[in-house]
Amino acid sequence: MAAPASDSPTRINLAVEFAQSGVGPVLKQLDDELIGLAPVKQRIREIAALLLVDRVRQRFGLTAQSPTLHMSFTGNPGTGKTTVASRMAEILYKLGYIRRGHLIAVTRDDLVGQYIGHTAPKTKEVLKKAMGGVLFIDEAYYLYRQENERDYGQEAIEILLQVMENNRDDLVVILAGYADKMDRFFHSNPGFRSRVAHHIDFPDYTDDNLLAIGEKMLGNLNYKLSPDAREALREYIPARRTQSHFANARSMRNALDRARLRQANRCFAAGDVELTLDQLVTIEAEDIRQSRVFQQKERVS
Amino acid sequence: MRITQGCFSFLPDLTDDQILGQIQYCLNNNWAVNIEFTDDPHPRNTYWDMWGLPMFDLRDAKGVLLELQACRKVYGDRYIRMSAFDSTHGWESVRLSFIVNRPKNEEGFRLERTEVGGRAQHYATRAYSLDRPEGQRY
Repeated sequence: MAAPASDSPTRINLAVEFAQSGVGPVLKQLDDELIGLAPVKQRIREIAALLLVDRVRQRFGLTAQSPTLHMSFTGNPGTGKTTVASRMAEILYKLGYIRRGHLIAVTRDDLVGQYIGHTAPKTKEVLKKAMGGVLFIDEAYYLYRQENERDYGQEAIEILLQVMENNRDDLVVILAGYADKMDRFFHSNPGFRSRVAHHIDFPDYTDDNLLAIGEKMLGNLNYKLSPDAREALREYIPARRTQSHFANARSMRNALDRARLRQANRCFAAGDVELTLDQLVTIEAEDIRQSRVFQQKERVS
Repeated sequence: MRITQGCFSFLPDLTDDQILGQIQYCLNNNWAVNIEFTDDPHPRNTYWDMWGLPMFDLRDAKGVLLELQACRKVYGDRYIRMSAFDSTHGWESVRLSFIVNRPKNEEGFRLERTEVGGRAQHYATRAYSLDRPEGQRY
């Protein structure tokens, strides 16, 4: 262990450090704006704490090797993986782990080329743009196509692995995808599994979470639910969940988009009457109850 | 003889950290950085070969440095320079250019005299390295 430098402080108040880092408001915003996701928030807080303590250790002259921060986000559709990734870039930037704090979101198309010799420059181009920030690879398992061994995806994977190892200080790679497919992906690419330090699983939202998310979405769009409509939405969520292609918050957004359509249509159909502001912003129960989800439920029962 | 062209060429060679700083300055100004190389040191040789494409849309200098390292691996025995291109309307030209790599031995130039029209003379400078074919000059 190196002897502490003579000008190093003897005591450090972590609370003060935390306040100075400016990461507090970001974490709070994460708490306020993202509903549910307790394990995710917990892990982000742990990472933030580690980086902060590392920074303090450095001032005492202790070795503080920068940790590997490549992550994998797994979870069902619509559980907020992309949203959290963009927040992650901001948090890591505030903590001084990455230099620029931008997020580059890519999919297989952006990395893998169409003919021999096309992949490497394409992947490198993306990596160059992501330097100093976060590279978010959505649906990362598509990079690897098991059935085709001459697939160019393998080339992109090799370049990625190399940069993830050699340029750990320069960029953070976040892989995202559905849990089962990501498992298979990591299984066939052991190199990835060992280089990704944080495997964060995004749980499905509870019905209450989804209701709160729905209200938040409407609030952002200057809409509100009437008490009856809230009740209807509360019944809607479990009914929608039992049907196919349920995608958590994304299903919620789609349902609300359709409710807005019906609300607009209802206002329009009312004909030659003067609307109040309240009528314009309120979604009534009938806007939600007309949904196909309720009709199918009745048919079943 | 040490070639002096572009910025910083009268200073000692830039270290990688200094290069990184200069590139970051370019990127902060939204200039696209290019890497160019040549083995013809003549000052009138304006058009050097490009290493890859100009790098638009970069945020961090490290990406450029990676390319420079790749270029050095292949053409470490030649002159390599960075040039920063400003694409804003009205400029649309190179704003900054500096040498980041040079051969170990820079042999310099000889003066060539050509007699023309009786007693008149034309002078030319010619790099010693140009006596050898391209690719084997340094």
